[in-house]
Amino acid sequence: MTITNDTPNYPFDKPAPLAPPAEWAELRGKCRVARVRMPSGDEVSLISRNDDVRDVLGDGRFVRNLIAPDAARLAAVEDGGFFNRQPPLNVNIAYGEGHRRWRRLLNGSFTMKKMAVWPPRIQQIADELIDDMIAKGSPADLMAEFALPLTIAVICALLGAPTEDKDKFAQWSRIIMTMTRYTQAEEDQANREFTEYVSALVEQKRAHPADDLLSELLQISDTQDGRLSNAELVATGRALLFAGHETTSIMIGKMTAQLVSEREHYEAVIADPDLIPGTVEEVLRMDTNSGVGIPRYVTEDAEVGGCPVSKGSTLLMQVSSANRDESRFPDPDRFDPRRPNGGQHLAFGAGPHYCLGQPLARMELQVALGTMTRKLPNLRLRDGADALTMRTGSLLEGFEDVWVTW
Amino acid sequence: MGDLVTGLQIAVDQEACCGSGLCALTAPEVFDQRDEDGVVVALATEPAEADYDAVRAAAAACPASAIHLTE
Repeated sequence: MTITNDTPNYPFDKPAPLAPPAEWAELRGKCRVARVRMPSGDEVSLISRNDDVRDVLGDGRFVRNLIAPDAARLAAVEDGGFFNRQPPLNVNIAYGEGHRRWRRLLNGSFTMKKMAVWPPRIQQIADELIDDMIAKGSPADLMAEFALPLTIAVICALLGAPTEDKDKFAQWSRIIMTMTRYTQAEEDQANREFTEYVSALVEQKRAHPADDLLSELLQISDTQDGRLSNAELVATGRALLFAGHETTSIMIGKMTAQLVSEREHYEAVIADPDLIPGTVEEVLRMDTNSGVGIPRYVTEDAEVGGCPVSKGSTLLMQVSSANRDESRFPDPDRFDPRRPNGGQHLAFGAGPHYCLGQPLARMELQVALGTMTRKLPNLRLRDGADALTMRTGSLLEGFEDVWVTW
Repeated sequence: MGDLVTGLQIAVDQEACCGSGLCALTAPEVFDQRDEDGVVVALATEPAEADYDAVRAAAAACPASAIHLTE
């Protein structure tokens, strides 16, 4: 790939932890397909208008896996990291017909009806964690005391995994999502250990089935009717365990930081808990730290928003910028929990890969916000918003810790 | 054919559906999900007028653009 000095480096710097980089609005206004350079040195085309992002994510010519040899490497490790790696165990559940079959199978476990049992369970876990945090006393790191243990407890309960191993999950996730922070050897080791761990868990479920999703999927896999192989089951367990806690826990941290630092939004929820769902959607829409973006590999020459994109190139959807696109969200930088189309943000993606776990994630965020506003009406950031420490060098963005007082 | 269509007509694209269930959440009177794979089911192709707003919101909210409305 040609590297020229006038290609901007990506991700862009933020003026403050919760503020959008100036480049987002600039690119939305003038450049529908913008060349930027990743920390790996490879170039990608950044897409930041809402309609363009939606179109790309719904179009089968743009595929999710960056495994082709000419795909841009997103992370600065030799294999390009999470999005570029061959799927674990070489299963094909990530794109095309393989993904479709897998997704249809999994969707049955994430329907609104199936999810309806979860709010009281999540509430119980959240209450216990917040009560423990309050008992230990102010200040506390909300990530360590609440956000991470909550999301890990929920996904472990859903899958049937032991919560004692939560530190391992957190560490593997962190390494696997590296952009610049860990080496190839560390990444390989984390992937190997994570796969071995889930394989062992599956074997344990085979010996002692229980009332959980992993046991349910294992039963389907063991019928060998072609819906799910054992290797696919292990890859699924990995994907759910990983996706199920990391993104949601850092989102709870970001949500809290965003709301208590613009305090009127937090107080509005205290005064009127009916604002919880709208507030969560608006927090997701306005998140300035949604991560590197959603990549797609171009399998044939095509157009995006009237601009040509060539076969073999890599597109990157700048979701946070698309969520501030004024053509879909009037006055986009204004926080409005009553926005009629607030839920139309792209924080969970769009198209066939739309986040499988979004009903659970939305419930967890709503329960977290409801619990905090009820039990901690005086919640504040100990050090102020500008002192929040970004987790750097990761494909996911968020804060290392969120120290709070009450 | 030939009848004058005056109301809102719903067509769902079950192939495109990603099973998010947002339609069933937004307009539960009109949309449901199949238990086995979460795919959208329209309970009515011509919804009651009282449900028009919810149906429009559900179509706009669909992350897979799988709900098509004509009027």
